[in-house]
Amino acid sequence: MEKYLNELSPKAFGTVKKILAEGKMKRRLYDMGVTPGVGIVVKKFAPMGDPIEITIRGYELTIRKSEAQTILMEVK
Amino acid sequence: MKIALAGNPNCGKTTLFNSLTGATAHVGNWPGVTVDKKEGWYKKLPEHIQIVDLPGIYSLSPYTPEEIVSRNFIVDETPDCVINVIDATNLERNLYLTTQILEIDVPVVIALNMMDVVQKHGGTIDVQTIEQTLQVPVVEISALKNEGIAQLMKVTYQEAKQPRKGTSLFTDTTLTTYIQCVQAKMEQQNVTNSLFHAIKWIEKDRIERSNQEVVIKDTEQWEKKIDTSAFDGDMEGMIADARYQYIAQSFAKMSQNKKGLESTTTSDRMDRVLTHRIWSIPLFLLVMFIVFHFVFSEDLFFLNGLFGIEISNPGWINFLTGMGYEDILAETIENGEAAVLAGIPSLGVFLQNWMGWLTGSVIDLVSGIMPEGTWYTGLICDGLLTGLDAIFSFLPQILLLFLFISILEDSGYMARVAFIMDRAFRKFGLSGKAFIPLLMGFGCSVPAMMATKTLEDEKERDLAIRLSPFFSCGAKAPIWAMLAAVVAGSFLGDIFVFSIYVLGIVVAIVSALLMRAFGKKVDVPPFIMELPAYHMPQFKNLMAHLWEKFKHFIYKASTIITASIIVIWFLSNFQWAFWTGMVDDISESMLADLGRVLQYVFYPCGWSMGQDGWKYTVASITGLIAKEDVVGTMSTLGLTEDTIALSNAAIYAFAAYNLFTLPCFAAVATAKSESTKKGFLVTMAWWLGASYVLSMVIFWMGKLFEIGWYLGLLAIIVLVVAMVLLGEFVVKKRKVAK
Repeated sequence: MEKYLNELSPKAFGTVKKILAEGKMKRRLYDMGVTPGVGIVVKKFAPMGDPIEITIRGYELTIRKSEAQTILMEVK
Repeated sequence: MKIALAGNPNCGKTTLFNSLTGATAHVGNWPGVTVDKKEGWYKKLPEHIQIVDLPGIYSLSPYTPEEIVSRNFIVDETPDCVINVIDATNLERNLYLTTQILEIDVPVVIALNMMDVVQKHGGTIDVQTIEQTLQVPVVEISALKNEGIAQLMKVTYQEAKQPRKGTSLFTDTTLTTYIQCVQAKMEQQNVTNSLFHAIKWIEKDRIERSNQEVVIKDTEQWEKKIDTSAFDGDMEGMIADARYQYIAQSFAKMSQNKKGLESTTTSDRMDRVLTHRIWSIPLFLLVMFIVFHFVFSEDLFFLNGLFGIEISNPGWINFLTGMGYEDILAETIENGEAAVLAGIPSLGVFLQNWMGWLTGSVIDLVSGIMPEGTWYTGLICDGLLTGLDAIFSFLPQILLLFLFISILEDSGYMARVAFIMDRAFRKFGLSGKAFIPLLMGFGCSVPAMMATKTLEDEKERDLAIRLSPFFSCGAKAPIWAMLAAVVAGSFLGDIFVFSIYVLGIVVAIVSALLMRAFGKKVDVPPFIMELPAYHMPQFKNLMAHLWEKFKHFIYKASTIITASIIVIWFLSNFQWAFWTGMVDDISESMLADLGRVLQYVFYPCGWSMGQDGWKYTVASITGLIAKEDVVGTMSTLGLTEDTIALSNAAIYAFAAYNLFTLPCFAAVATAKSESTKKGFLVTMAWWLGASYVLSMVIFWMGKLFEIGWYLGLLAIIVLVVAMVLLGEFVVKKRKVAK
């Protein structure tokens, strides 16, 4: 099933299918290891519901919902 | 010989740099950007080696100033060798940068840091495999425990003597041919580092493509052959992905640690509490409160307030008040009481007291030696030393506050603060991290502005610096206290003071919104940030950091601040015919005349009208030395609680003017060194403009209230409506931009 990263709930696991972001943000995502095929576990949401904390390639990354919206995931 | 340190943020690069260079470290700026450039010397080899610490980066992409200076340095300034520091606990992401550095024609040595942590978690890393795969030497080090560093430098020294050709990891045949094709074309045009430039060119790198000197043509056929369907034809994405895949394939067998995706580390356990949905914000506020308490509290842990613990031992009082016992004694004898110190002062206050004792002693000593009544005694004692005393009395608290912020930053907590608070600050064009510098503004603007270094975006840094003095600092408190005493006759003084603080916050928020509405850049900087594992802040790093700020402050104090103090002293002690000697009374001085002229400028603000009007403008000018001097100058000029004859509206307008105008010279100097050039000019204009306009608006609103409350109310309603309309305008503009 396809879902955007911001739609995943905490503890959910998925693999990145496609990055829809553009320019600087897209490059930043690639540089941080968010590339198609990589597995992501959503760890938690910040107290005010945004940003999101995820585990990727063995480290913790935080990302805003608006940015997570550009990451299409494949979820089981 | 020149060697560069490169690596991800939080990989231990700073610790390594500090142990390599020690006291020779020097912090400057990379030309054109506000990124720290750290340099120093390693002297334990026959030849002294210059070490340049590049900013922590994840990639050599062309977007952030940190990435651009790093890549320009390695490519254009040709260091003899690059030490690439790798965090062994996070091999995958750290090696991503390595794959890019290896493409440059420069010798590279990999410093594998934090191997001890990997081993502690039961993991192993095969160093030989990395060496064989990447074709460069790998040295295991522990920057923290100072292990392996001599070996690292020995290997680096040898490696630096042999030139190295850039190597590429790409094995895919079509891509390799494409790269070779572009590389050959570049070599024809005598481009150095042709492999690096060729790959960046293929990535459609912004900087590489805008380089007019290199012309690459007829490559479409090659690009078409490459299958980029998984990336929608995006070469940049394909190459980034290829790098990560290469790392995963080459080093997949190595287990960095046994931590799977489910198991928990100490960091995870700490995060369960510190970034908890409910508890994180109260905990953060508690942390900030504790910091402030240790720096500014006169009654540590509320020992006196809660338990009635007082100190009546003269020796202890003397110690805790920095020899200030005599004053307390004299005061209490006058009142016929026993000398008592209410509670124990916090570390900040304690140090401030002793600093005051030190500077006071210096002034006494110097004025004892120098002849009385000459102009140069006046210049040195009354002008210079007294002015510097006012600034230096804050120095212990400035440094202590900065130390606490460094601890929060180094431990990894600051990244969590950004995570917790981001949502609330995004609307104003700031990220969550900006909360700390702004909050610190209530203590002192100088460390607040220094703390903006933790913000990543230059524009955001400028904005935070611009707003920080609006959070009324400790030195401004005496002004509010005196003015409160004047207005106390007609309404509550404490409500007056409280409203000043609230006004500052409101104006800061409105300023941020205005900047966002009318600034060129409408988009919020992307917030894609690593949450590094927590670790103990290193004493050495903290001290190096603090020492740097201390040196910088002393430098500023001895140049721009001293010069400003001398100018103001000169203006306030001489008349226009200055060769006739010093004036007895400041009202005859040049500064007074200047005040009498500026008086007209501030007529619309109300407080400078009338016979005494010039005194307020003069007090505002001397306030630039240190804000509490506003009160001092006013009393020198005969303006005290009983003699201030301003209306409440004018007093409020005067308070607003002093809250929003230029902060003290120390803060202005800090703002200048921490902001971009253009940002600093906008900041100065904003401070001067906002203070004038707000002072005027407040005065006339107050006037309307004095005529009739309904008029004042009407004016407030109009103002609020205007504000809401502005807010809607901002929202609309943002939507259009999207």
